[in-house]
Amino acid sequence: MTTDEMLEKYDMTIGIECHVQLATTTKLFSGADNDARNREPNTVVNPIDFGLPGMLPVLNREAINLAIKAGKTLGSEIAHVSRFDRKHYFYPDLPKGYQTTQMYQPIIIGGLVEAPLEDGSIVKVHLHHAHLEEDAGKLTHDSTYSLVDLNRAGTPLIEIVSEPDMHSAAEAKAYATELYRLMTYAGVTRGDLYHGNMRFDVNISIAPKGATELGKRAEVKNLNSFRSVERAADFEFRRQVELLEKGERVVQETRGWDETLQKTNSQRSKEDAQDYRYMPDADIPPVVLTDEEIASVQADLPILPSAYRENWKALNLDSSVVNAVLNYQPVAVMLDAIVERYGATDIARRVFHWFASLQVNDQDVAAVESGLVGPQRLSELSMMLEDNKLSSTGAKEIFLDLFKEEYLGKMPAEIAESKNLLQVSDESAIGAIVDEVLADPASAKAVEDLKNGNDKVIGFLVGQVMKKSQGKANPALAQDLIRKKVL
Amino acid sequence: MTKISDYISKNARQNVVEAIKRANDNNEYHALLSLTEERALERADAVDRGEITGRLAGVPFVVKDNFLAFGAPTTAASRMLENFKAPLQATAVEKLEAEGAICIGKANLDAFAHGGSTENSAFGPTLNAYDKTKVAGGSSGGSAVVTALDIVPFALGSDTGGSIRQPASFNGVIGVKPTYGTVSRYGVVAMASSTDTIGCFATDAEDAELIMDIMAGKDDKDMTTLPDFFKPAEAKSGLKIGLIKDTMTDDVDPDVKQVTLDYVELLKAAGHTVDEVEMPIAKYALAIYYIVVPAEVSSNLARYDGIRYGHRAEGASTLAELYGKSRDEGFVTENKRRIMIGSYVLSSGFFDAYYLQAQKVRTLLVNEFNKLFEDYDVLIGPTTPTPAFGLGENVADPIKMYLADIMTVPASLAGLPAISVPAGKSTSGLPIGVQLVGPRRSDAELLALAKSVEKA
Repeated sequence: MTTDEMLEKYDMTIGIECHVQLATTTKLFSGADNDARNREPNTVVNPIDFGLPGMLPVLNREAINLAIKAGKTLGSEIAHVSRFDRKHYFYPDLPKGYQTTQMYQPIIIGGLVEAPLEDGSIVKVHLHHAHLEEDAGKLTHDSTYSLVDLNRAGTPLIEIVSEPDMHSAAEAKAYATELYRLMTYAGVTRGDLYHGNMRFDVNISIAPKGATELGKRAEVKNLNSFRSVERAADFEFRRQVELLEKGERVVQETRGWDETLQKTNSQRSKEDAQDYRYMPDADIPPVVLTDEEIASVQADLPILPSAYRENWKALNLDSSVVNAVLNYQPVAVMLDAIVERYGATDIARRVFHWFASLQVNDQDVAAVESGLVGPQRLSELSMMLEDNKLSSTGAKEIFLDLFKEEYLGKMPAEIAESKNLLQVSDESAIGAIVDEVLADPASAKAVEDLKNGNDKVIGFLVGQVMKKSQGKANPALAQDLIRKKVL
Repeated sequence: MTKISDYISKNARQNVVEAIKRANDNNEYHALLSLTEERALERADAVDRGEITGRLAGVPFVVKDNFLAFGAPTTAASRMLENFKAPLQATAVEKLEAEGAICIGKANLDAFAHGGSTENSAFGPTLNAYDKTKVAGGSSGGSAVVTALDIVPFALGSDTGGSIRQPASFNGVIGVKPTYGTVSRYGVVAMASSTDTIGCFATDAEDAELIMDIMAGKDDKDMTTLPDFFKPAEAKSGLKIGLIKDTMTDDVDPDVKQVTLDYVELLKAAGHTVDEVEMPIAKYALAIYYIVVPAEVSSNLARYDGIRYGHRAEGASTLAELYGKSRDEGFVTENKRRIMIGSYVLSSGFFDAYYLQAQKVRTLLVNEFNKLFEDYDVLIGPTTPTPAFGLGENVADPIKMYLADIMTVPASLAGLPAISVPAGKSTSGLPIGVQLVGPRRSDAELLALAKSVEKA
């Protein structure tokens, strides 16, 4: 069965639970450092995280504020009263024998994410709720023993639970990507995907087209990239279709994603599901928030991707260009400043395209964030092209140079000069070269053809001028002069 | 019996040496699990050199062994924590030490504070200070007995359902269970988070007031502590006092009833009015308690898994076996019973019927107390239905053991302050206590009332 045939016969339904690690200074219930990256195991652990007898949680107010920010970014309602509960299970990475979470009264209720797809369309994903909870530690297994690292134990997370509103792998990817943009823009998370700052659990089910009931779902846990979200959803769709086509059943289960083999594999079925014996956590009083408190946190929210999309509508950019530049907030901030100054002009548009074609890395973003590559330099560069002081290749070259260490902080004109990329737009200087080219016997046939109305040959003549000028002549001006002199 | 003031301005080293001698002389009561002699002497010398001063400078005391404290292991009277050395101290201990008090040892208790006789201690029971064939009460039995035997002038305990008041009553000392949230629970091995309170035993209300004044107060390490409110008070005159009829039924020991009525007469003589009041919901208190508390117990004991600290079983070959054996060996029968009850009532499908239902009835109980406090300043009744019972008498019958808490549990569930004051003796010479219960934050008023009656 081809994918198209599958898609014709079956619908897929996807819901996503996303764990977002909050960018707080300290852990959710203790004063231990919340950034455990590159730290020795068990060095960022205090008695509360360790679950010593007699220790009590002290709720981190910063985590509450970030949850409010997250909720406001997601168009959710913030609960005026929310509470913490205990979820019990035994595992060596869970020091207290329970995870402190919000089962009954989460802090974030409802919400909507409008995620743009690569084809320019939008998928609307409603949110059920999002709750605050603590992360567990990490186990490393050997054949004869296991090691426990509690550095991550107690790290604050929000778990964002979507409704099953996605119906393709592309939509799942688009949602995950937009969620990442929203959470990083709002400053809710550091967004370090490599270190698991955002992890996705993707629930996928299929049903024959037109069916009124959803099929049994499989949950693929712990995906940490947008691409793996897409591929896992895609793989599951095919796997489930193949099962049904063979007359077998899909079982409700938890599956893992094998990055190497690019496939999902069964981890545990619903029958092994644990009874978590949820109960209210009496050590933590209810979180009570007034409208004023919520509003004051909301006031600190930065401009969100949706607002940029709106601001940039007049530029008429391809949605892939917009989404690419929106992946990095400092880039969006900088581009928006250019739009503000130059409006829907080619000067602005050009900078967007440069960024969309650049494989942006963290260093590039840092250069933008520090202002070393900022609106001034970039609009100057764009204007140089506009004014024919640079060729488009020259401009692109300088754009890339701006991020390079040896040019960092230099102005585009300086770089152009030092690299000898400035175009000659002086009419008499170019005129002299044109005369030389027209007088060259090698051009005689082309000149003749041009005179006879064969306009195509002008390209050849302009090329000759460029060659003679070592690429520095303004080609438009050269063309004008050739026409003027020949015709 | 000695008072705190008897130790002030004395040579601190001598205070400690003598207290430790008394502790050793009374070894047969098994009230103490450990002595913190070395650290106590160091601190005493520091007091004598004038390096440590305060309202309790040089005064020896004892803490229940579920308080994290330096100088000896914190065992919670369990095999699970037999060798656990605390890396930090409970806030209550820190506050007393900051005033110069010197901890000389750690008192016996029912393992993890589960029980009402100290017979559930993994290290053997404590004997009653007045009759060695009787129980000390519990769970803070050791703390009550060291106070009653005059080894130290005060001791700390924790009270979840009566664990201070009941042993205080059995041993003829005053026992204070404050309003929930008055004293930080930080550094005290948790039993039931929603009813655990930290209080004290003393020889009279004045000393108890001083200790509570020092320990009370908001603690950033315990989110459930209340803003500072405890202020020593003078007794008010003409209080309206309600004698809870439901605690004076025919099931209650006649001596206990008589001693309670005698105390009522003292109150009347002091110019207060005493009416009989009814509290029909009180009969459900024990049922609520033995659902809510085991639920919280099962949760709070989940951390003792043999992985990071505490007892770890030998010879386990799987993770499940390691958990199972470590917990089997580290907990006593009563711990396991409560873990099982608690796990059961929290299970999916039973949570609503048991835990949630119990919490609803708990709210009704709180409402009934509130209603009574619209008309009355203080409620009174016996602390326990009987004087101290015989060692081993109730061991085989957990329900009978639980019934000993019937008078003390309601105030715990409602978070109210309650104190047990020594009010008389039974015909066989066993102490009998009377319980005073007040509205939230009336702790100081209750102590003031007790003080005024003591003086009368």
